[in-house]
Amino acid sequence: MLIFELSQPNRHANALQVQAPTAAALGLPKHTLRQTKTKLPAASELDVVRHYTRLSQKNFSIDTHFYPLGSCTMKYNPRAAHRLASLPDFLARHPMAPIVHSQGFLQSMYELQDILKAVTGMKGVSLTPMAGAQGEFAGVAMIRAYHLDRGDTQRTEIIVPDAAHGTNPATAVMCGFTVKEIPTNKNGDIDLDVLKAAVGPQTAGIMLTNPSTLGVFERKIQEVARIVHEAGGLLYYDGANLNAILGHVRPGDMGFDVLHMNLHKTFATTHGGGGPGAGPVAVSQRLVPYLPTPMVGYENNQYRWLTEKDCPKTIGRLSTFMGNAGILLRAHIYARMLGREGMRRVSEFATLNANYLMTKLKQAGFDLAYPTRRASHEFIVTMQKQNKELGISAMDIAKRLLDYGMHAPTTYFPLLVPECLLIEPTETESKATLDAFAAAMISILSEAETCPEKLHDAPLTRPVRRLDDVKAAKELDLVWKGE
Amino acid sequence: MPFIPHTKDDISAMLETIGANNIKDLFDEIPADLQVPPQQEIPEGLNELQITRLMQQRAKQDHHSGCFIGAGAYEHHIPAAVWDIASRGEFLTAYTPYQAEASQGTLQLLYEYQTMMASLMGMEVSNASLYDGASALAEAILMAIRSLPKSHPSKTILVAGSLHPHYRQTAEAIVTAQGIKLIEVPFDTKTGTITINSLEAHKSLQAAALVIQQPNFFGQIEEVDRLTDWAHANNLFVIAVVNPIAATLFKEPGSWGEKGADIACGEGQPLGIPLASGGPYFGFMCTRMSLVRQMPGRIIGRTVDVDNKPGFTLTLQAREQHIRRAKATSNICTNQGLAVTAATIFMSLLGENGLQNMALASYQNTQALIKIVSAIAHVHVLYEGNHFHEFVLHLPVKASAVIEEMAKQGIQAGYDLGQTFPALANALLICVTETKTEEDLQQYGKALQAALQTLGKRNGEKNHAAVTA
Repeated sequence: MLIFELSQPNRHANALQVQAPTAAALGLPKHTLRQTKTKLPAASELDVVRHYTRLSQKNFSIDTHFYPLGSCTMKYNPRAAHRLASLPDFLARHPMAPIVHSQGFLQSMYELQDILKAVTGMKGVSLTPMAGAQGEFAGVAMIRAYHLDRGDTQRTEIIVPDAAHGTNPATAVMCGFTVKEIPTNKNGDIDLDVLKAAVGPQTAGIMLTNPSTLGVFERKIQEVARIVHEAGGLLYYDGANLNAILGHVRPGDMGFDVLHMNLHKTFATTHGGGGPGAGPVAVSQRLVPYLPTPMVGYENNQYRWLTEKDCPKTIGRLSTFMGNAGILLRAHIYARMLGREGMRRVSEFATLNANYLMTKLKQAGFDLAYPTRRASHEFIVTMQKQNKELGISAMDIAKRLLDYGMHAPTTYFPLLVPECLLIEPTETESKATLDAFAAAMISILSEAETCPEKLHDAPLTRPVRRLDDVKAAKELDLVWKGE
Repeated sequence: MPFIPHTKDDISAMLETIGANNIKDLFDEIPADLQVPPQQEIPEGLNELQITRLMQQRAKQDHHSGCFIGAGAYEHHIPAAVWDIASRGEFLTAYTPYQAEASQGTLQLLYEYQTMMASLMGMEVSNASLYDGASALAEAILMAIRSLPKSHPSKTILVAGSLHPHYRQTAEAIVTAQGIKLIEVPFDTKTGTITINSLEAHKSLQAAALVIQQPNFFGQIEEVDRLTDWAHANNLFVIAVVNPIAATLFKEPGSWGEKGADIACGEGQPLGIPLASGGPYFGFMCTRMSLVRQMPGRIIGRTVDVDNKPGFTLTLQAREQHIRRAKATSNICTNQGLAVTAATIFMSLLGENGLQNMALASYQNTQALIKIVSAIAHVHVLYEGNHFHEFVLHLPVKASAVIEEMAKQGIQAGYDLGQTFPALANALLICVTETKTEEDLQQYGKALQAALQTLGKRNGEKNHAAVTA
C-alpha cells in the first residue's frame, strides 16, 4: 500500500501544524499564488509512523544483516557518531553562522583535515566534496587546473585501467578530458609496457584504485608513478578501497598527487539507503593551491573559513555551503574514537577477514579470480564453471543468499571477470558470521547441483521475487497516478 | 578493540586456516618500503564517554539564542516522528537499493518521494535526489545543454543576477570544464528582481536556458510568468530554482507562464532537514516526461515481479555511470537517500495543508518583523515588490559590523550581502520563519537598535578623534 492510499480528504495532522491566516488575508497578490492542488497525503500521525516503520522492515541493512558488498565497505556504523553529531546545538548551527558561534564545529573540521592529511600522507585536504564521485570530480578538475596554470594546454587525456569504477571515466569526461583505457594483466596488475606506450605529452593523468577493484594490491605502483610522472602526468587515487591499507600504507608515499576518500566507507558513516556520503580530497604540495573551497584555517587563536579570497587559484565551490557537514562530523567522531592505533587495526582486521573467508570458500570448491594472490580487504569469486556446467549464474547465487538472510556480494563488477562475486566482509564482522556465510555459500553450491530451480527462482522469502526490469524501463511508472 | 569483535582464539584459528603466521604476513605483497609506522599526528583513541564529553563541549560553543539567517538554509519546525523513523537502522544503514528484493522499503519510499516532489513542483517526473541545491542546478544546466536539438547547439546559459551567489559559483565550477558559459542578467536595483528589459539585452546570445530563482536570493518574488514566456518565445529552456515550502504558496514551476518551466530544481533542506552546518541536505530535480532520459541521478520505477506482484526497482539505469561509464549523463553515483527519507516522512506528516500553513506563518512573521524594524531610525527595507520569508534591510553602517555586534547578544542577525555583492555592504538579508514568536521578533528589534547605537557611538568617537587629530 502507498502512503497516498492512506490519505483521507480534510484530515490533517493538526498537532504538527502551525495555524496561519489565508494568503488573501495576508494581502498576497493573487497572480503570484499557487492555484493547483498537490498529491501530498492527508494522513494521521500514527498512520504515517506505521507506514514508514513497516517500509523500513522490508530493507536489509548493516544493523539487521551481514552485508558483504564488495567495494562498498559495509562496516558497522557506530551509534555514538550518529548521536553526537546530532547534538541539538550542532543541528541548530546555521551554515553561515557568525564565527563566534562556530568554533566547536570548525575545530572538529580542522582536526579532521589534519587526521586525513596524516593518514593519507598528503599536504592539503578539502572536506567539501559531497560524495566519492564529487571528490573524483574535484581531483580531476585540480589536475586540469594545474596543467592549464602552467600553460600546458595539450594534456587532454586521462588514462583509466579497464578494472576501474564507472565513475572514473564518467568523471574524466565531465572535466573535459578524453579517456584512454588500458588493460590489466592476468595477475591483476597493470601491464607496464602498455602503460609506457600509452603515456605521452597528451597525458593529463591516470586514475587508479589501489588495492585495485580486483581485490589485489598493485605491486608495481612505484614504477607506475615514475612512468606517469616522467611523462608529465599526475596520479589520481580513487580512495574506494582505502579500508584495505588505512594506517599502514599511504597514497602519498605511493606517489599519488590527489585522492578522494569515501568517508561512508572507510570512516564508517552511514550509507542511508544510497547516501549522503562524503568524498573529501587530499593533495600533494603541487595541487594545494587548487583545492575546492571552503576549507577551515586557524590563526590568532580562532578557527575560520578559508574562501576564494585566501585561495585565489581554487577550482571553486562544489556545494552551497560546506558539503555534507554532518557526515564530516560523524567521520571526525569515528576517527577520534579509533585514534592512531585503531586506524591501523581497521586495515589489519579487514585484511584478515577477507583472507580467511577467501580461504574458506576456496577450500569449499569455489573458484577465485586471482588464486595466487593475497586478498586485500576484498576478493573475487567467479562462477564461470558453475555457469557452464550447471547453468547457475552469479545473480542466482546473489538472490539465493537473500533467502539465507544475508545480503548479496557485489555482482558483475569488475566487468572484466565473468560471473563474478566481489566479497568484502569488513573488519567489524566476527569469525562466527564469516563461518555462517561460508556455510550458506556451501549449501547454495550443493543446491545448485541437486535442485538448481531453487536458485533460479530465488529469492522466495522476500516481500517480492525477481522484478521485471524491462517492463520498468519500457512502461515508465515513476509517479503515482491515482487521485 | 573498538568495533572489532575478534578474540585471541579467533585470530589464531583464522591465521591457521589461511596458513599465515601473523597478520603482518597478509601484507606481504605490498612493497616493504611503502609500509609505514603509526602516524604520530593522529591523537590516541577516545572511549565513548570521553568522546561524548568532548563533543558536548564543542556543541556548547556553537550555542546561540536565535537565528535569523536564511540565504539558502531555513529553520523550520521538524516533527519528532521525522528523524525518529528516518534514524531506524533499516533506513540508516542500508546501501543503495541495487538488490531490489532486499530494498523494497527504501525503493517504495523513493517512489512516494518522486510522486510528492513532482506534484509539489507541478511537473511530470522527479528523480530520487541529487547532492544539494547548488549542485542540482549545475546538473540541470548540463541536462538542458544535452537536451537541445542537435540542429541548434548552444553552450551559453543566462543566469538571473538575483540567483543565490553560491549556486552560481558552484554551477560555474562544475560546468566550465565542458566549455559552458554562464552569463549574468543584472537585477533591477529597485525591485531586486530581473526584468524583461534586461533579458532583451541578451537575446542575441541564443542561450540554451534561463535560470530563475523563486523566491530569489533576496527573498523577492520574480515575475515568473512573463520571464518564462519570454524564454520560451526565444527558444530557451527555463530552469526553475525553487524553495519547496514556498511552492505550496506561490505558483509552482509547472504552471509558470503558458507552458511551465522545463526543469525545476532546488534545495530540499526546508522539508524536514535540520540546519546542521549546511548538510547533508538534498537537491531535488523534476522535469517533463519528454526529457526524463536526459535527467541525471537515480530514478525509481514501479513494476511487477515474476508472480505479477507490484514492486519497485531502480530504472533507466542505462543513463548511469556504472553502465555507461564515459558516456553517462553524469558521474553521479549516490543520492542523498537518508535526507530524502526524512523529507518524505515530513511531507507525509504535514501534508499540503501543513506545508502551506508553514509558508503562510513564515510570511506573516516576516511582515511582523518588517513592521518592527521599520520603526528604527535610518534603516529601511531596500526592495519594492513582494517577498516571501526573507527581506533586505538597508542599514546606516556595514552589515558585517551589525552582525558582529548582535552576535554578542546571541542573536544571528542575518546574512551580510556585502560578502558577495560589494555594492550592498550596508545590506542585511534577514529571514523569519514560523519558528519565531512575537517575543523573539521584539527582541530582535531591540538588539538591532542597541547594535546601531553602539556602532553609531563608536563611529562618532572615531570621527571626533579624526577631527581633533
